[in-house]
Formats: sequence, structure tokens, C-alpha cells
Amino acid sequence: MLLIRCPYCDETLPELEFAYAGEAHIARALDPSSVTDEDWRDFLFIRSNAKGPHYERWRHVHGCGRFFNAVRDTVTDRFLTTYKAGEAKPDLETLTGDAR
Amino acid sequence: MTHFSALSLLKNAISGNKDWTEQWPDAQPKTEYDVIIVGAGGHGLGCAYYLAKEHGITNVAVIEKGWLGGGNTGRNTTIIRSNYLYDESARLYDHALDLWEGLSQELNYNVMFSRRGVMMLAHNVHDVQSFQRHVHANRLNGVDNTWLTAQQAKEFCPPLNISPNARYPVMGAALQRRAGTARHDAVAWGYARAAAARGVDIIQNCPVTAIRRGPTGAVEGVETGKGFIKARKVAVSAAGHTSVVMDSAGVRMPLESYPLQALVSEPVKPIFPCVVMSNSVHAYISQSDKGELVIGSGTDQYTSYSQRGGLPLIEHTVAAICEVFPIFNRMRMLRKWGGIVDVTPDRSAILGKTPVQGLYVNCGWGTGGFKATPGAAHTLAWTVAKDEPHKINAPFTLERFTTGRLIDEAAAAAVAH
Repeated sequence: MLLIRCPYCDETLPELEFAYAGEAHIARALDPSSVTDEDWRDFLFIRSNAKGPHYERWRHVHGCGRFFNAVRDTVTDRFLTTYKAGEAKPDLETLTGDAR
Repeated sequence: MTHFSALSLLKNAISGNKDWTEQWPDAQPKTEYDVIIVGAGGHGLGCAYYLAKEHGITNVAVIEKGWLGGGNTGRNTTIIRSNYLYDESARLYDHALDLWEGLSQELNYNVMFSRRGVMMLAHNVHDVQSFQRHVHANRLNGVDNTWLTAQQAKEFCPPLNISPNARYPVMGAALQRRAGTARHDAVAWGYARAAAARGVDIIQNCPVTAIRRGPTGAVEGVETGKGFIKARKVAVSAAGHTSVVMDSAGVRMPLESYPLQALVSEPVKPIFPCVVMSNSVHAYISQSDKGELVIGSGTDQYTSYSQRGGLPLIEHTVAAICEVFPIFNRMRMLRKWGGIVDVTPDRSAILGKTPVQGLYVNCGWGTGGFKATPGAAHTLAWTVAKDEPHKINAPFTLERFTTGRLIDEAAAAAVAH
């Protein structure tokens, strides 16, 4: 079972309290009517599917109910960090490994 | 290669089974091939076999980073069915089922295909309505599927609990009698043996690290752990690692890779005559010829390449099985494992050409690729040989995510995701 730190509750809790919510930092276009079909495809469907550190969203559904972001290594399933929604992407170089 | 027959079995039995020759040689890569297939699972090996047999292209290499059939071909629950809702899917999976029925004869290798029937349980009014819609849609497409009452379902599968007091009462079931199971390893081995006999090189323990493209953008070959290998056509059939391989050719894919877990119980005497799936309680179960109950359910919630998955999902799955089949609540589970499945946004495969000349892809089978093995392999071989879509795989393009012409089996919910 994954142990995940909620950055709002500041507690490390079991995976069962959380819902995965897909890749993070995918911004919807500000002016949707001017977006081409290719850009819609990229926004809606294309994902990095990274093998290694992956920026992703989680929601603390059975806790505070808030969305937050995380960096997790998809090879080891180890969380490198979790951070509040709206904060900038952390630099991978500075992440040492254990979010717990 | 020895041809298998009753006579050859008898002869080798008399000589103490000491004279069997190897089923296929462990090839070393040549410098150039006409076609390179990335990934030696059932899909990749099958494609090589049909290229050689139906299109006369035998200068083919199948390159595998691990061992043959060690990915999802060896990690699934071996269920074969074709009762999908949409016309495009029904044609593709029914084509596969047609090929499954003659596969042991075709390959001269017993893949142990067993038409034991796949039954999908309806637990509420919505299930009843949607499954009956499926039954009718399937029958219009010439796909075998029938509706059973709860009592008929119990007769077909005696361990089933149809008590009205059950937490998830059984209100009926959709049964595809033509569906069933096959021996997963034998599928990979049978295709490998038959392809190698026609001159295909099977290269194991050789990771493809990148696809190389020339100045015109067309494919030139693949970089591997054993050096560069030239080929003007490359077909990627790498399941959960497809997006990693395709990235190296500069093609971004609408795929996400999730762990899909399965588990088996201790072996017991024959008790379970068919395959039963329940989408509402989210589990499926059958009994292997070795006697183990083979159990699976949906993917873990997060993307991963770990081939492990988490225990909460196993607990959820086993709880569902115990609810529908109380008879199994004291069975002990022996092993569990995970495979990495590549899931598309519409839960339908991507099968055919790509924007890159000479690059073909067979991916996005998600949680249900095993059943499609012969059909996917057969139609992909056509596309690779002729550089044009086969009429069955034509709708399963990569372009559909730009045009919006999705094949939305996710919304149709015929499958346990």
C-alpha cells in the first residue's frame, strides 16, 4: 500500500484515503475556440506516461477533500514529494527521494 | 523442428523422450531485416508468423527485452470472448475468436483453447438493461450472446450464489457460449515455434532502446542492447512500454500504463465449469486446467511500471469473489502478480500505421489484449506487409484521437476496467 503525505493535512496516510487524478500541470487553453484539433488532442488525450519521475494529481477524498500534486517514480512507486495545487513544478534535481 | 502427432509422441515415449529437438533456436541478430517487431509476446510473435505464412515475408526479427512471453502474455487471466458493443470492436474480436478456434491445428501446437463459455452477471436493473442491449447488438453483428435468467445462470454455473438475500443479488446473466480460455504460454510458444520454422529470428534478452529515423523521417532501424539493426519497417507491439518506445521515434501516444493484477488459488478438483465476470462487484474468475482458481479485476488507480500493484485491490477483488461465490471463502490464494497494461482514453486498441513512414503500432489493448492475440497479429501483419489498413483494423487508428471518431468501449462498459 502506498503511503501518501497530504500537503494540506500535513499527515502521511494510506493510499485508501486518496484518489488518483491523472497527470498534473496540464493546463486548459484560455481561449478554447481558437484551439486546433491537434492541440485539443494533446490536451485531452496525449499523456507523458513517464517511466520514472511523474508529475501527477491526487485528491484526499476521505480527508480534507482537496486536490494536490505529487512527484512519484513510476518504476519504484516511491513518492519524491507532494505539494499544494497551484505551486510551481518542483525541480527534479533537488528532490532527494523520500516524501515521508 | 519435430512435427507433433500421435505417432511422434509415441515414438518419443518409447525412446524415453530423449530425442526431442529444440522448439526454436535462440537467434543472434543479423545486421538487417525486412521487418523488425518490438516485443515477443503473443501479439508480436503472431504478427511475425502471419507475415511469414500469409505474406511470404520471412526476413523478420522479433526482438524482446526479457524472455519470450514474459510480459502480459504470461500475466493475464486467459479469458477469450468477443461480445463487445460497437460494430468495429465486434468485428475485430470476433475475427480473433474465429482464428482461436483453429489455432491449435494451424500451429501444430496445443494452445488448449476451451470453449467453456463466459458469463457476465447482472446485479441491478441497470446491468440487466445494458446487458440485454449488448445481447441484441451482438446478435445483430452475428456475435454469439444469449440472455439467461438467474436460475439458468445457476444451472450453467452451480457454485453461483443466486439467493435474493445476497448483498449483490444475481438478476440474470449474458452468456457467450463460444467464448472461453486458452493456455497463455502455449500461445506464445506455438507462434514462436511456427514463426521460427518459417525463418523468423526470435532475439531474447535484447532491449530496443530507440527507434532510429533517417533524414526523410522514415524509419531506418532500431538501436538495441546488441547494437544497431537496420530495417525499413518496424512494428511496435510492446504493451505497457509502447509509449516509451514510441517516444524515441518522436511519436507521443494517448496511452497510460497501469498495473493490472491477478491471482491464483491452491489447486483443487474441477468445480468451476466456465468463466464468470461481474462488472458491478468487479471481479472475474475461472478454473485453470491445473485446478487453480484464476481471479482478476480492474487496474490499480495510479500509473506505474512496477509489475506489482497494491494489496488493497487484491482485498477488494477477493471480497467480491467471496460475496458471489461463498463456497470459495476458505480457499487459500497461492500467488499474485501484476502486468503493465497500456490504456487508451476510449479503451479501444490502436492498431496500424503511424504518422512515421515504416513505423507501425499495435497497442492500447488495456486490460483485454490476450483475447485479441490472433486477430490483432493477423491484421497487423496485413498492414505491415501492404502498408495499408486491413478492413478490420482500419477504424483503430491513431488519428481518431484528433478527429474525435472514438470507439468508446469505455462508455459502453462491456468490460471490467
